Amino acid sequence: MQDLEKAFQARIDAGEVIEPRDWMPEKYRKTNIRQISQHAHSEVVGMLPEGNWITRAPSLRRKVALLAKIQDEAGHGLYLYSAAETLGISRDELYDQLHTGKAKYSSIFNYPSLTWADMGAIGWLVDGAAIVNQVMLTRTSFGPYARAMVRICKEESFHQRQGYEIMLTLCKGTEVQKQMAQDALNRWWWPSLMMFGPPDAESTHTEQSMKWRIKRKSNDELRQYFIDMTIPQAEVLGITVPDPDLKWNEERGHYDFGEIDWDEFWQVVKGHGPCNKQRLDARKNAWNEGEWVRDAAVAYAEKQANKQEQIAVAG
Amino acid sequence: MNDQLYQYLLLLGDNPLILGHRLSELCGHGPSLETDIALTNISLDLFGQVRHYFQYAAKLNGENQTEDDVAFLRYEHQYKNTLLVEQPNTDFAYVIGRQFLFDAYHLPLLEQLMASKDKQISAIAHKSIKEVKYHHRFSSEWVKRLGDGTEASHQKMQTAIEDLWPFVAELFEETPLEQAMKEEGIGADLSQVKEKYDADVQNIFELAQLQRPDHQYTQSGGKKGVHSEQLGYILADLQYMQRAYPNMTW
Ligand SMILES: [Fe+2]
Ligand SMILES: [Fe+2]
Ligand SMILES: [Fe+2]
Repeated sequence: MQDLEKAFQARIDAGEVIEPRDWMPEKYRKTNIRQISQHAHSEVVGMLPEGNWITRAPSLRRKVALLAKIQDEAGHGLYLYSAAETLGISRDELYDQLHTGKAKYSSIFNYPSLTWADMGAIGWLVDGAAIVNQVMLTRTSFGPYARAMVRICKEESFHQRQGYEIMLTLCKGTEVQKQMAQDALNRWWWPSLMMFGPPDAESTHTEQSMKWRIKRKSNDELRQYFIDMTIPQAEVLGITVPDPDLKWNEERGHYDFGEIDWDEFWQVVKGHGPCNKQRLDARKNAWNEGEWVRDAAVAYAEKQANKQEQIAVAG
Repeated sequence: MNDQLYQYLLLLGDNPLILGHRLSELCGHGPSLETDIALTNISLDLFGQVRHYFQYAAKLNGENQTEDDVAFLRYEHQYKNTLLVEQPNTDFAYVIGRQFLFDAYHLPLLEQLMASKDKQISAIAHKSIKEVKYHHRFSSEWVKRLGDGTEASHQKMQTAIEDLWPFVAELFEETPLEQAMKEEGIGADLSQVKEKYDADVQNIFELAQLQRPDHQYTQSGGKKGVHSEQLGYILADLQYMQRAYPNMTW
């Protein structure tokens, strides 16, 4: 057993890709299931805050782009559930974990989308932060996850540009539109920084995940990278992040930033964010109300298969 | 401007607009990710068609009109969609029933419009028919699945069809506008569309173990701008941004 684990670690260290049929430590399997399914749930729950604005999109062009974006997220959910399924867990079980609160999803989606500008801010910041988190996963050790991420990251960067372009249009628009953009940045900025997870000192999974190349950079490193990348983009827009302590640190070559409200973060993780209940209820409702539909599809498929069989027997 | 052609483009565009809207309400709430993606796809196709019709209409109108002016800045009575497509997403059987009852009309309608003397309408129809063939395949497959699935799904599908049936006749009620467009060789001949419709619906209902409703009463008015109570709420959503923040670029 020890030898198997050593050999496994050696493969990872050599940069080899682990495939579903390969031997793997149970904990590696579990950690991957947890992370991939959490990511899949985030894609699917993430459809809700933006879905909220499809019917009210301000132009046909924006409506179509938003619909297509949310459809991409559903597609991401599909690839990721499939990747998790290769580890020997079914989609139904994964949904069950989501619905019972056993599995988590990204906390950011527990914040409300209040105006059209939120469609810009979400694309720019939330998809932007997702990319920073995920680019490293295109080279994660588990093959199906890495391959899903290659495809997903391409689409996420398209979403990020699309969101930024919504913001740019607002900021070039009327005073009311610019205020709308600023207000959205004010509300989404801190939750976006929280997307990178707790500070390294408090992060429970980091070390082992780094060893297995399930994770490749620390939460704090990624957060800093995101901030450094995003501040110049806000400057182009002419709006400011709601952080009085933010300033360029010449020595570090990075932006310094203010204290993140980790109490808020943990409150939301525990289920006490502004929309946790609505988001989960929406998913549970869709699932429960869809049960008779899924049952019908199974029953119909069985009937069709029986008919085929009878034809075969008769022939 | 050619007002009749303009009005006819509204008539053609408003059904996909309102049906696309109804489907877009479901995004993220479908019974499975796969159906969610498929329904969003149909919604996207329909909005694509709307944009073709309304860009053309806006150009005819001149006066710097845009597709968005046509889509968002009309009053209730100026929308010409049929009552069928504005009916709500009561449950998945209604969504599928409404879709199939519309697709079975939309497909032969576009077949006719491909032969329109109006080059642009003909081009839009050529492009759209590929999409609508897929919509029809999707909705008719689901009518069969639900109709011939479980006892419960059969009941729900039959109920949805019963409830939606009164709105079917309006699809084929020829308005003076449609008659004029048909006579000019621009518009569709609805009697021919109906022939195909009846055969198609009969066939799918049989395969789905569904009874064709036999009630005689019908509901219509949408094409003339007299809608059900549903449309006001749809427009409240659809027009919200344009009304609350007029004259801005998005
Ligand atoms: Fe995504
Ligand atoms: Fe993602
Ligand atoms: Fe995305």
